[in-house]
Formats: sequence, C-alpha cells, structure tokens
Amino acid sequence: MRHLLATRNLSYDNAMAILDTAQEMATVSDRSIKKLPTLRGQTVVNLFFEDSTRTRTSFEAAAKRLSADVLNFAVKTSSVSKGESLKDTVQTLEAIGGDAIVMRHWASGAAQQLANFGWSSSAVINAGDGTHEHPTQALLDAFTLRDRIHGQHASGKDLEGLHIVVVGDILHSRVARSNVWLLHTLGAKVTLSGPPTLMPVGVTTWPVEINYDLDALLAEQPDAIMMLRVQAERMSGDFFPSAAEYTRGWGLTNDRYKRIEGCNTLIMHPGPMNRGLEISAAAADSAQNTALEQVANGVSVRMAVLYLLLAGQPGQ
Amino acid sequence: MVQEPVREARTVMSESDIQRVLTRIAHEILEANRGVEDLILLGIPRRGVPLANRLAQKLAEIEPEYVVQERTGQLDITLYRDDLARAESRIPATTMIPPAGVDNTVVVLVDDVLYSGRTIRAALDALADIGRPRTVRLAVLVDRGHRQLPLRADYVGKNLPTASTERVMVQLAEIDGADADYTSDQVQIVDVMD
Repeated sequence: MRHLLATRNLSYDNAMAILDTAQEMATVSDRSIKKLPTLRGQTVVNLFFEDSTRTRTSFEAAAKRLSADVLNFAVKTSSVSKGESLKDTVQTLEAIGGDAIVMRHWASGAAQQLANFGWSSSAVINAGDGTHEHPTQALLDAFTLRDRIHGQHASGKDLEGLHIVVVGDILHSRVARSNVWLLHTLGAKVTLSGPPTLMPVGVTTWPVEINYDLDALLAEQPDAIMMLRVQAERMSGDFFPSAAEYTRGWGLTNDRYKRIEGCNTLIMHPGPMNRGLEISAAAADSAQNTALEQVANGVSVRMAVLYLLLAGQPGQ
Repeated sequence: MVQEPVREARTVMSESDIQRVLTRIAHEILEANRGVEDLILLGIPRRGVPLANRLAQKLAEIEPEYVVQERTGQLDITLYRDDLARAESRIPATTMIPPAGVDNTVVVLVDDVLYSGRTIRAALDALADIGRPRTVRLAVLVDRGHRQLPLRADYVGKNLPTASTERVMVQLAEIDGADADYTSDQVQIVDVMD
C-alpha cells in the first residue's frame, strides 16, 4: 500500500491488515501514556478544501499519538483563495517537508489525481473527495461492527454473513459508497434504502440489494442500520417534498426505534447527527447507538493507516 | 570464486535440553528474586511468549503462590523498533499486561534469541510507556553474541558462539507446531545463503 484513496480497490488482505493494526492501536488509548514513538520525525499535512472539524481533528490526534508532526493547511486562509492550483499548493507543502498528505476536497477524484499525476512523492490519504469516497470512515465503521460483535477476539475476523442496511441520501454520500465496497469485500450483505430520488444512477450494478421499504427491512432485524446524514449543503434541487416527509419514510423515528429496541441491531451514524430529521433523540442516545464509539475508533483506524503507509518502505 | 558448501542445519538444543534449561532459569529467577514476590514475566512476540508461559508454569510448580494468569503477559515491540523505515511495515502483535500493571514490580523480559540487542532496547522503551517497574531483568533461551548495544542478559539458556552469516532457528510447538517441517522443539544453526 502506497496511498489510501478508495475502498473500491482495497484488497481484502490490506483491509484486514488495517483493522488488525487498529486493534492494537486502540490499546494505546487505554494507557496512561497515550503516545508511540513510531512516526517520529515524519510530517503529516492536513489539507482540507472543505470544512471538517471531526475528520481533521481525528487525523491530527492519530498523527500526534504516533509522534508525527502535523501541519494544518486551512484552505480559506491560503493562496488557494487567490487562485493557486492544487498542483502548486501540494508542491509548496512538500517543499516545506510533508511525508503524507491527508486531503479532503470538494471534487470527486481529487485524491486520485494527486496520487497519480506524479506531483508529489508523499503518501496520499483521501479524507473525502466530493461524492466519491471516504475510505477511513468506512474502515472505522467496519472496525466498530467487528468490535461490537467479536469484542476482544475480533483480530483476524471479517464481517462474513452480517446484514447491514444503509439508509438515506445514497446519491450524495461518499460514506455510503466507501461502505458498500468495503462491506462487500469483507463478506457482509448490504441493503440500501432511501428516497428513490436519492439513489444514484447505476446503483443496480453495485453489489447491493435495494429496498425502499425501511419498515420491512427493520422487521428482518439486520445486524446494523447506518443512518446517513441528510446533506442539505449538497442538495441544489428538491429531492424530497419536505423534511417531515423524509422523516416519515426513512428517518429512524421513535416508533421505528421501539421496534428494534433491545434487539441486536446496531444503530450507526457517521455524524454529525440531525436529531429529529434522520434519527430521533431516543435512538441517538440509545445503548445500541455506536456514534461515539465510531469517533473513538476513528482515531485508532487512522493511526493504523498512517503507520502502515508511513512506517515502512512501501510494499504492494 | 568458489562457493563454500552449504552445511546442513545443526541441532544445538533438543526438546529435552530446552526443558532442562527452562527449569534451571526458573530456579535462578526465584533465587535472585528470593521468591516470587512482585515478579512478572513478559514474553516478547513471537517466540518469547510461549517461553514466558512455560517459565511461568515452572515457577507455579515450584512456588504455588505464583498465579500464572495474574503474573504473565506479553509485550509487543513492533511500534518501537528503530529499523521501521528499512522494511515493509508489519502488523503489530498484541500487548497484554497483567491487570495489576507493572508499577513497582520486578519484570523479567523473555525472548528466544539475544543478538544485536535492538529488540531489547525497543522493549525497554515500550515498557517505560506502560509503567515503571522497580527492576527489569532479561531471560533468553540463546545468546548468540554480536551485540550492537551495551546490553546483557541476566538469565541465559545457552551461550552459542555464531558467525553473522549463520542464523539461529528456534522451533516451539505453540508457534511452529502446525508447520509441515516441525518435528519437535529444538534450536538449530543454519547457514544463510546469499
């Protein structure tokens, strides 16, 4: 692994290597000294073309726990707003001395372009590109599932036989895309649900089932339901008549939550949650809800990715 | 240039040799520590772990107040290595510290082969991040020389003078038992072919 750009082309072995490494990284968070010397002397550049406090902070915490130096490059205050190209920005950052670039960009495929055009020799980690992929989010979701189901014996286990339902705005969601590919690679069955207007064209070619009836899906008691955030900022037109109508069809309302309360169905959310829209307050605060574990596991998974990309000589 | 003929693997310790040596080391640890008080064994993955477990069993046989599960663990050093940049990154192994921690205890690190000393340096760093033992000791099955750091072992199974072109191979049932070429526990010297 040289870069982490997408889960679509991430091999089973590499995915498992990241999850198993993250398992060991997680134990560092329980120690009194939450720091490893592993990436001493290396520099990780956070290059965020879109606002994201959570993902950026998570990557920053991960890099710091491995003793790497972190440079945060906030695009709003940089020369990008004066018209500098991505290539010039990246080469400038590399001249300052970065070993890895963690990039979030509004354009789908930006990370791929950065990695493949020979502009830089840094390892590139995609922290979200447009509506394309967000691989570390999918990895931390898989890690959380594995951890909840197998506990401390999770190492070496995949998600074979699990049934995961992803609900909401699939069209605009890079989290959904990354999860579909990774869950499929790890052996889980994925069902998508949401308003038909928010299903992407070509979704029938994905390795998923589609069922617009959320109530029928909940009755099957899947192993987890992932509630996607309704992304108002990415919607230019009207994809559903009103927020209330969305909630009635595909929100995890109190009524729906009561039907899965006490079952083994986990409630996952990539955050930030819109309480009352895609998830009710009772479902958000439930013990079945893994949102906070997902955040904590995100640091371990990102430590694993940084370690595997930066510590050794690049392998396959 | 004439290639030196490659010699066959030479067995330098048999299964019963390993047994006897571990029994002796267990007694030496007890003698030096005047009993099992505050004693903790930490094996270094991979083959230090089964060795630590076997030593712990022997300690428990001699001194029943030594409770194996509460006093034995393992310490992975992958993330503390000083040669990380020279090889492909590997997946770290598990670190398991006894529930009571290592503060103010006597920790005996256990490994199979002592060579350059770099593994032990990494282990000392890893241990310092976990707690502050009163004393740290080192037990190894084989000391093959060629130290690159000012370290020595307190308990040595066998001193084995070697050339740096040779490799010391340890086979233990817990790790190698499933391999096709495993017959019994042993230590062998093998010539390295370039």
